[in-house]
Amino acid sequence: MADPPPSPLLTLRGIGKSFLGVRVLDSVDLDVRPGEVHAVVGENGAGKSTLMKIASGVYAPDEGTIDFAGAVRSFRGPRDAQRAGIGMVHQEFNLLPERTVAENVYLGREPVRRGLVDRKAMLSRTAALLDSIGESSLPPQARVGQLGVARQQVVEIVKALATDARLLIMDEPTAALADNEVERLYALVRRLQERGMGVLYVSHRLKEVFDLSGRITVLKDGRLVTTVDTARTDADRLVRHMVGRELSSYYPARARPDEVGPVRLTVHDGGNRKLRGVDLRLRAGEVLGVGGLQGSGRSALARALFGAAPFATGDVRLDGAPVRLRSPRAAMRAGIAYITEDRKGEGIVAGQSVLDNALLASRALLPGAGRGARAARVRELLAAVDVRAAGEDQEIRYLSGGNQQKVVLAKWLALGPRILLFDEPTRGIDVGAKSAIHDLVRQLARDGAAVLMVSSELPELLGMSDRIIVMRDGRIAGELPAGAGEEDVVALAVGAAREAAT
Amino acid sequence: MSGVLTLPARRTAPGVFVALAVTLAIGWLVVTVDGGQLFSLPTTVSLLHVAAGLGLVAVGQTLVVIGGSLDLSVAYVISLSTLVAAEAMNGDDAALLPAIGLALAVSAAIGLLNGLLVTKARINAFIATVGVGLLLKGYLDNGYDGPAGKTAPALVQGLGYQRVGPVPVSFLLLLAVAAAAWLVLARTRFGHHLIAVGGDPEVARLSGVRNHRVLVTAHVLCSLCAGLAGVYLASRLGSGAPRVGTEGLYDLESIAAVVLGGTALAGGRGGVAGTVGGVLLLASIDAIFNQLEVDAFFKQVIRGVIIIVAVAIYARRALRKAAS
Repeated sequence: MADPPPSPLLTLRGIGKSFLGVRVLDSVDLDVRPGEVHAVVGENGAGKSTLMKIASGVYAPDEGTIDFAGAVRSFRGPRDAQRAGIGMVHQEFNLLPERTVAENVYLGREPVRRGLVDRKAMLSRTAALLDSIGESSLPPQARVGQLGVARQQVVEIVKALATDARLLIMDEPTAALADNEVERLYALVRRLQERGMGVLYVSHRLKEVFDLSGRITVLKDGRLVTTVDTARTDADRLVRHMVGRELSSYYPARARPDEVGPVRLTVHDGGNRKLRGVDLRLRAGEVLGVGGLQGSGRSALARALFGAAPFATGDVRLDGAPVRLRSPRAAMRAGIAYITEDRKGEGIVAGQSVLDNALLASRALLPGAGRGARAARVRELLAAVDVRAAGEDQEIRYLSGGNQQKVVLAKWLALGPRILLFDEPTRGIDVGAKSAIHDLVRQLARDGAAVLMVSSELPELLGMSDRIIVMRDGRIAGELPAGAGEEDVVALAVGAAREAAT
Repeated sequence: MSGVLTLPARRTAPGVFVALAVTLAIGWLVVTVDGGQLFSLPTTVSLLHVAAGLGLVAVGQTLVVIGGSLDLSVAYVISLSTLVAAEAMNGDDAALLPAIGLALAVSAAIGLLNGLLVTKARINAFIATVGVGLLLKGYLDNGYDGPAGKTAPALVQGLGYQRVGPVPVSFLLLLAVAAAAWLVLARTRFGHHLIAVGGDPEVARLSGVRNHRVLVTAHVLCSLCAGLAGVYLASRLGSGAPRVGTEGLYDLESIAAVVLGGTALAGGRGGVAGTVGGVLLLASIDAIFNQLEVDAFFKQVIRGVIIIVAVAIYARRALRKAAS
């Protein structure tokens, strides 16, 4: 304790970055010392990933300085940062599954002898690196595609070590790991630490942050909230730092008890590759909010109910009768509509007209019958949801995000759905149009539809929902009543609270 | 788990060689029953000649396909190369080497153009190389009505008709080129980088590979191979032939041979050995049908079916691998 802390390996000062006029980072300071694990936490969209990409040379900062190993740097790309000694372990691995461990580790830096790649040197050096981190059981000539996720991650780390990295940036390293594999990763990180390596560790999971890190930096809305010594804080305080925004904007009134009808949809023990043991009841007239972190299974739940990535196990009932939602078509026939989070990719056909987009679902499901009547009905719906377009023949890509979303909604309403699944209903929509979408969602519930709404915007989730379920690791971590606070949701999502369900 | 892990990384010999053996066995049986002889000297020699021409193109094609690209201009490059070589030689042995050099240089330049269009101009390889091919077609159609130039006699006698036992020199040339391409892929940095670029361009880029340079080089090598095939065809025909490449369907057949050989069209996986197997398979089918005097149109139908079935089998296997 008496020793002064060693001088930092990496120092970021006053880092700012904007994309298309949106400020995602604002004067953030951060430093990492040799042999230190420094954790960075924050909500989705807090700016963690952008900050990591700036530190690893993927983006250049608009403002601020990067100081690494005693010199001011301006990286012109990830290669530049690598050469300086900053390695990055990506969330999605940067590996070639068809190639061997050694070929992956030395990609771009293959040792050469007499003009040819020196395979022997490549294999022996890879083996030595693996050995040095206690992973000697991993054969350097194994094909990466045959390895499990955890060992692929080891390869990714060894790849960074092979560049003589002195700082390792790990972005959500445990996202894909099973529990016992996380333990191995801990051991590995500690071994790197002993070698004097600095580790910048981004994670949603507070348990890991407390297990591993020496200091924690909290980001919120692109700003630095605080940097604290891990030993002097606890999960509750950390969660309070991560949230605590004013709930200022307007939301429509929630459902009155008499507006909530019978149970429409029941899921019992639903599971698939991304979901486990999901139990769920959705009532007519209510908006059920679904919270959780990215990758926690929120969207997977909506997609399972819509048959896009169906449940493999479990039991789904609609108005008490069992149904099999094996495809989107089956779900549509059962009266379920899904408003996707990926509007550009899955929601609209960009080059087609407003009318064609609005007719898409009804044309697919009810071909032929009553063309004129169908178009007339869709026109009414377009007017009812208040789409602002130059005309129904205008290509939809020229509309604003909010108007596009209304067309998507009209497309589904044309089928008269009784269950609506919204996935990030206001993503990419400007503030003014947001409340129009919110009003529409509430109005649909009031008219008797059962609404499930996935949202990563906490104010929206809290403001709109009559009940909230929070997902974590493919399970429902707990349920919250209307009027719950942001901290309750975040605590469930990161696993800081006792699971409310059990 | 560990049993799986210690599997050697080398892929086992592609299934195409099994298919080749089966095809030859069945072909031999059928041809014999039909009263013919599949492995007579003339048939074998002609089979190997067909394989040599197609093989030279297909080896080059393998390189670009592994890199995640494609070259549909090879048929026209072949035609152009026969003309450049034959006209520059003009029947004179003294001009032999400079003429071959010129033909290869022209081919390499076209490959460079292909590569730059695909990388720097970011044009889809399919479109870019078809475009370049049409450009060459315009030049050939405009300038030539029929054969032109005269191949040097030494080349005709050597590369065109010389044999070592039943094996034509041209087939030995193919084996040499294939061996060189194998060495390049397996043992040079360029080869490693090319496979990486084809496997995942972003991974390659983030690992410090200069993707553009690698792909351009692959395109140049591919065109060089096509040019070499052109020189060989000029040696067989005794002159330059403006339509020999397209009439021989070298563009599509070379890709078919690559795919039959187990190289993934998406890039990143495969090899030259499989391609040679694919070439031999196509040439064998050709020889068998010729022996049986099968109708030419029907022959095309059968070849089409074989290619589709082969690719379907590979796709199946890839699916199963992904599922496990």
